[in-house]
Amino acid sequence: MTMASETKLPVRTSEESVSALSAMKAVFSRDLKTAFRQPQDLLNPLLFFVMVVTLFPLGVSPEVSFLREAGSGILWVAALLSVLLSLDHLYRHDFDDGTLEQLVLQPQPLFLLVLAKSLAHWVLTGLPLVMLAPVLGVMVHLEGNSVAILCLTLLIGTPVLSLIGSIGAALTLGLRSAGVLLSLLIIPLYIPVLIFGTGTVMAASESAPVGGQLALMGAFLVLALTLAPFASAAALRISLSNS
Amino acid sequence: MWQIFHKLGSPKWFFGIASTLMPWLLVAGAALLMTGIVWGLVFAPQDYLQGNSYRIIFIHVPSAFLAQSVYIMMAVAALVTLVWRMKLADVFVTAVAPVGAVLTFLALFTGAVWGKPTWGTWWIWDARLTSMLILLFLYFGVMALGAAISDEKSSARAVAVLVLVGVVNIPIIKYSVEWWNTLHQPATFKLTEKPSMPAEMWVPLLLSVLGLYLIFGWLACLRMQTHILAREGRTRWVKELVQAREN
Amino acid sequence: MAFDSFSAFLAMDGHGPYVWTCYAVFFLLMGVMTWWSLRQRRAVIAQQRRRMAPTPSADERPAAASFTRIESSQD
Repeated sequence: MTMASETKLPVRTSEESVSALSAMKAVFSRDLKTAFRQPQDLLNPLLFFVMVVTLFPLGVSPEVSFLREAGSGILWVAALLSVLLSLDHLYRHDFDDGTLEQLVLQPQPLFLLVLAKSLAHWVLTGLPLVMLAPVLGVMVHLEGNSVAILCLTLLIGTPVLSLIGSIGAALTLGLRSAGVLLSLLIIPLYIPVLIFGTGTVMAASESAPVGGQLALMGAFLVLALTLAPFASAAALRISLSNS
Repeated sequence: MWQIFHKLGSPKWFFGIASTLMPWLLVAGAALLMTGIVWGLVFAPQDYLQGNSYRIIFIHVPSAFLAQSVYIMMAVAALVTLVWRMKLADVFVTAVAPVGAVLTFLALFTGAVWGKPTWGTWWIWDARLTSMLILLFLYFGVMALGAAISDEKSSARAVAVLVLVGVVNIPIIKYSVEWWNTLHQPATFKLTEKPSMPAEMWVPLLLSVLGLYLIFGWLACLRMQTHILAREGRTRWVKELVQAREN
Repeated sequence: MAFDSFSAFLAMDGHGPYVWTCYAVFFLLMGVMTWWSLRQRRAVIAQQRRRMAPTPSADERPAAASFTRIESSQD
């Protein structure tokens, strides 16, 4: 946390103003840098992902037919849960050390900075999950084409999870038992992504066309990209005025 | 126009209006609901397909109808809260959320019990029941967030953001659940979409829907008044009002 | 009238338990909701009244903490 303050925030020093884009870049790269200083925090959601997936063959059945059928769902649910688990970190450190207040006071529109933070969160959690997914996909006996489609749906879907999640993280900022509350608020909103994520893979395994579903997931992503930052910026302002 | 708007937003004005409206709402609502239910239970003809179990419809459909429209009303109030900071609007959202949750639960419960004689099982992952369940989760989220934030003003505004995010999601959820349903179990038996419902059935249904709407209005007024009393305790009119009451 | 007798009305051709459970739960929950709302309202009014009640003046107000020595003989 003390390290976080070392990296410079885009502070307007004199009359020259920082453009919104470079402010976004600064927030983004700062989040990446501070995250890499605590690699354990990055690793934990990934380990959680692997472990949850491991539970299903052990807990339900290791049979190939079952795993092949349920595999896409298992991977999607596990990915969703590990994104959910990591959301608490999205604003927590910045909130604790006061960086967030600085961010809110920036002349650049807050929703752009929030967007940058959400994207950084995705690069740090969603993207590694996507890269890990093929290995686990093979372990649950998904066939070649399905693995590729699964990764594609995760690639489109996990940014949506990060973006929607940022709203919940902003709303529950500074509250007691924020983690459980966050899950309670966000899980219902994740359901459409989950449905289309697994549905696409299942359609692909039956070698049905998946273009339509992928396009719909893309639409979800565009919708989340355009609307979620506004909502979480509003939520951030409320949470900060509360504390 | 703005004057009316401000008047509408004034808790004192609302309190008076609600007090005069409430007896009418309760009496008319109870009368309509009871007429609808008795008509439906005793006089409406038997359904040729489902027998008498269809008589659950006279409470199932009103509950489901209200459960959804209460969330929509909450979303409108949430928008008003965020845009105009109208006090009454955020009182409405917090006061009404538990009622919405109870109605959603009732819709689910009656749907499940109805499912037993119709489908032979208590629960079926039918598109409607599933989206109702998700709506119940949304209500729980709203209530949990409202309870977790102690400061009233920011609690109301945070809840408003959540309700609006939820209402944007509701059509998406509905659509995706329907799509998912066709993927997994094509053409289940539809509960309420009858080709043509005879008047002896839909008239009592309409009456009970209207009745429950009015009773909801009464409950909403009652609960809003309570919240206003708690919130505006320091104002003079509340003090005078509390003193004047004997009960 | 859709039924021949009162017992037929209660039985509803075997669907009675389902129908009556639904109606019972509906009225129970709506009743609880109403009762709870009314109780909340009464509690709020009582609380406001307590807050407004004139604070008792210094002489009749009991001291914040008082110890009364009780003289009693031990023998």
